[in-house]
Amino acid sequence: MLDKVTKQKLVVIGNGMAGIRTVEALLERAPDLYDITVFGSEPYGNYNRILLSPVLAGEKTVDDIMLNTVDWYEDNNITLRKGETISMIDRRTCEVVTDAGDRVPYDRLLIATGSNPIMLPLPGKELPGVIGFRDIYDVDRMIKASTNYRNAVVIGGGLLGLEAANGLMKRGMNVTVVHLLDTLMERQLDPVAGGLLRKSLEERGMVFKMPAQTQAILGEDRVTGVRFGDGTELAADLVVMAVGIRPNFELAKKAGLYCERGIVVSDTMQTYDGRIYAVGECVQHRRQTYGLVAPLFDQAKVCANHLAMKGFATYDGSVTSTKLKVTGIDLFSAGDFAPGPDKEEIVLQDANRGVYKRIILKDKKIVGAVLYGDTIDGPWYFQHLRDGTDVSHMRERLVFGAANLGDGGVNGQNSVAAMSDETEICGCNGVCKGAIVKAISEKKLFTLDDVRAHTKASSSCGSCTGLVEQVLAFTLGGDYSAAPKVKPLCKCTDHSHDDVRRVIVEQQLKTIPAVMRFMEWKTLNGCHSCRPALNYYLLATWPGEYRDDQQSRFINERVHANIQKDGTYSVVPRMWGGVTTPSELRAIADVAEKFNIPTVKVTGGQRIDLLGVKKEDLPAVWADLNDAGMVSGHAYAKGLRTVKTCVGSEWCRFGTQDSTGLGVKLEKFMWGSWTPAKVKLGVSGCPRNCAEATCKDVGVVCVDSGYEIHFAGAAGLHIKGTEFLTKVETEDETLEVIVALTQLYREEGWYLERMYKWCDRVGLEQIRKRVVDDIANRKALFARFAHSQQFAQTDPWAERASRGVDRNEFAPLAELELA
Amino acid sequence: MTSWIEIGALDDIPRLGSRVVRTPSGNIAVFRTESDEVFALDDRCPHKGGPLSQGIVHNKRVTCPLHNFVIELANGQAVAPDEGCTHTHPAKVENGVVWLSVRQAAAVS
Ligand SMILES: Cc1cc2nc3c(=O)[nH]c(=O)nc-3n(C[C@H](O)[C@H](O)[C@H](O)COP(=O)(O)OP(=O)(O)OC[C@H]3O[C@@H](n4cnc5c(N)ncnc54)[C@H](O)[C@@H]3O)c2cc1C
Ligand code: SF4
Ligand code: SF4
Ligand code: FES
Repeated sequence: MLDKVTKQKLVVIGNGMAGIRTVEALLERAPDLYDITVFGSEPYGNYNRILLSPVLAGEKTVDDIMLNTVDWYEDNNITLRKGETISMIDRRTCEVVTDAGDRVPYDRLLIATGSNPIMLPLPGKELPGVIGFRDIYDVDRMIKASTNYRNAVVIGGGLLGLEAANGLMKRGMNVTVVHLLDTLMERQLDPVAGGLLRKSLEERGMVFKMPAQTQAILGEDRVTGVRFGDGTELAADLVVMAVGIRPNFELAKKAGLYCERGIVVSDTMQTYDGRIYAVGECVQHRRQTYGLVAPLFDQAKVCANHLAMKGFATYDGSVTSTKLKVTGIDLFSAGDFAPGPDKEEIVLQDANRGVYKRIILKDKKIVGAVLYGDTIDGPWYFQHLRDGTDVSHMRERLVFGAANLGDGGVNGQNSVAAMSDETEICGCNGVCKGAIVKAISEKKLFTLDDVRAHTKASSSCGSCTGLVEQVLAFTLGGDYSAAPKVKPLCKCTDHSHDDVRRVIVEQQLKTIPAVMRFMEWKTLNGCHSCRPALNYYLLATWPGEYRDDQQSRFINERVHANIQKDGTYSVVPRMWGGVTTPSELRAIADVAEKFNIPTVKVTGGQRIDLLGVKKEDLPAVWADLNDAGMVSGHAYAKGLRTVKTCVGSEWCRFGTQDSTGLGVKLEKFMWGSWTPAKVKLGVSGCPRNCAEATCKDVGVVCVDSGYEIHFAGAAGLHIKGTEFLTKVETEDETLEVIVALTQLYREEGWYLERMYKWCDRVGLEQIRKRVVDDIANRKALFARFAHSQQFAQTDPWAERASRGVDRNEFAPLAELELA
Repeated sequence: MTSWIEIGALDDIPRLGSRVVRTPSGNIAVFRTESDEVFALDDRCPHKGGPLSQGIVHNKRVTCPLHNFVIELANGQAVAPDEGCTHTHPAKVENGVVWLSVRQAAAVS
């Protein structure tokens, strides 16, 4: 207690990012010097404001973004007075006064009040439904609006506006972004990069009205629309103003501290009153105000030094760089990129890859950089920019980035290897490569979370996560992969099948290049293992939306026939449930003769196989089979193959149910569906099991009282009897359970993982719970399967035989007489 | 001496795909990469003669459809640990037209 009395009192106004960063830095330097009290208007601990955008977009929760919980304040003997606003600073008595009238004395005072969103002085701006984008309260209101209303207008096409618009769109609203100028993010981007950004946001469904000036906000009890300078109007249930921020210095100004556009501070972050410090967005330092965390964290360090009475550090301003936090869009900008007579620029534009890079040079030095689509070298350019490196010797290859100047590798690891130790990796927290490498090797760190905890790298906006992971991989070398970890999908990535599937859904990734880019694939176009897997995952996740990528399909699925050892193909027409007719058999015989097909064989799945068909004959063979009413048997597919049946109650003296009819029904419902690996079904009319149903992926054994459903059998490389799933009473229920089971497998199975392996991995009980016990879930699975079948059930043979799909595939490009 | 023969339009070969050119001495597979480079190789895998033209193309490589040998398009070499080499032929693109120069196997060996 005595101790406490003798300690100096530090009062902090503003429980935000800059204020608390200062306190943290102070505790590191002088843990016992002050008795600290923090006032914050917001009713929370300190959270990462930057990540409000992903919270709005539904990618993170409020809990995820907490930086210092209430416990942290207690553990460090800090009095946190959350939910309390300071309304006055009494410099005469050295006290602050809360809005409730409480007076609290200070020896030193730190003002870190941040800034407020600018609300345009438009008629109607006070209407409910008109908000800024600054804190958790705003995000809550936006999320609430998105569940009750449809149309949102975001005023302002800068960083904040676009992140708000993206989040609202992800929440299902129709979003229009209104921007005064004709380039988005004009402070960070040049018109070309702005145009690329606009295009990709438009592709995601965002609408832009620009250039346009908002004139009035319409509505009586709540906003209903917006009117523009040209007289047009737009319906809106929510208007978000994101036109800029205004440093929050009213309190300081009232206390007589000198303010211009912010609270004016010295190089030691002191205001004109030496006992009062200020940091953060509320500050003006050497005529500059800042709106990004990196410079604020620099200020925090300097301020903490001075408060700790180790007053040797001074702050001389920061150069900033920006990344847009819209998932799936890579954008980086730094420095000054306005064209000028004394400046040179190097531009690389690759429309195919959606890449644009512009590096601006002045006096042999980089003064600005705008990168779009490929931002891996952003930190590297930024480093040279800040260091003022003479880059004339590498001018030629500069635009290709660090990797190209190093050892020419295409993947990120090399570019990380080529970075100097001083290269900044995490811009928010100012952590350079050397510091991360040092922490990894000295503290024996193995995971991203360790690195975050020890260095703070990648713990603020998260944009540098990929780079930090690469530094980890590069530093640990072999050890990194040896660390306990799930198996990667293939050598092109460190991510597992499950990660990839999850991220595809979460980030709404809809093309193979988008997945590879977002998940930082290590190879340019993947390989024969990952491309078919990604193609399947996208197809299964976005039925009807994803365009099947033929070049990522194994040849059998590309030409809808099975390749044989001599490069010819085999063709298997579908015979529903293994039942055929004389006219079908005749057509098969005719085709075999007409095209000189050398071998005709009965398969294990009760079909007829025509082997040895030349590739160029395939379309004609199919045309003839189509004419006889037959379609592709998908004998080549990672998909539903065959349903094998016995003759059942129709003919067999032991038959209990119509096993043939049920098999046909199942096959007609399920044909054409793609699955992680092949799926074969069997239906037997009694437990004598002539259709061998109990070694199939899914098997039905009919009994007097109904249908036993079995699954997860195999009779290939491994032999395994099925597991009993459940017994049902009707054909319809049988269909529903089997379809739901298959859909669950489609959604969770790893590519090329047979159903029995999937069952081993996730567990029989887990599966039973979701497709048998939880009836609502079963119905939902069934509905999703049925939905995707709308798009899957077109006969690929007919498309190619008579509708000319992929015609090129089957004919040679040229025939040369002489060679 | 190289004599170039026009064999068709670049657009007739799918990106990350391949088409076949028939010659009396066997098929030649013409590949197109993502960045529109073209490469021509005998359509025979060094392993067991699989048709490389039917494989999955990735970066500047193709995976044989029969047993997954990976072949470098530029020099026909199998990627380690596999071994073997497929005969290559000069190919180029000019103004969207693909040209091939067929090297006689006899002339090489
Ligand atoms: C949605 C969003 C996305 C962003 N994205 C990025 C990004 O990607 N990169 C980046 O670098 N920056 C980003 N920023 C900016 C960054 O969040 C700010 O620069 C940073 O939070 C400013 O820190 P500060 O401490 O100055 O202010 P704040 O973090 O705003 O803290 C100020 C606190 O003081 C409290 N306060 C104010 N007055 C009083 C008073 N009188 N009494 C008590 N308490 C008071 C406020 O309630 C607030 O909690 C983003 C900002 C937002 C809103
Ligand atoms: S499984 Fe039973 S019903 Fe079917 S053919 Fe065999 S004995 Fe007959
Ligand atoms: S068992 Fe082996 S050899 Fe016979 S068809 Fe199957 S894969 Fe070919
Ligand atoms: S024939 Fe090409 S891998 Fe065997």
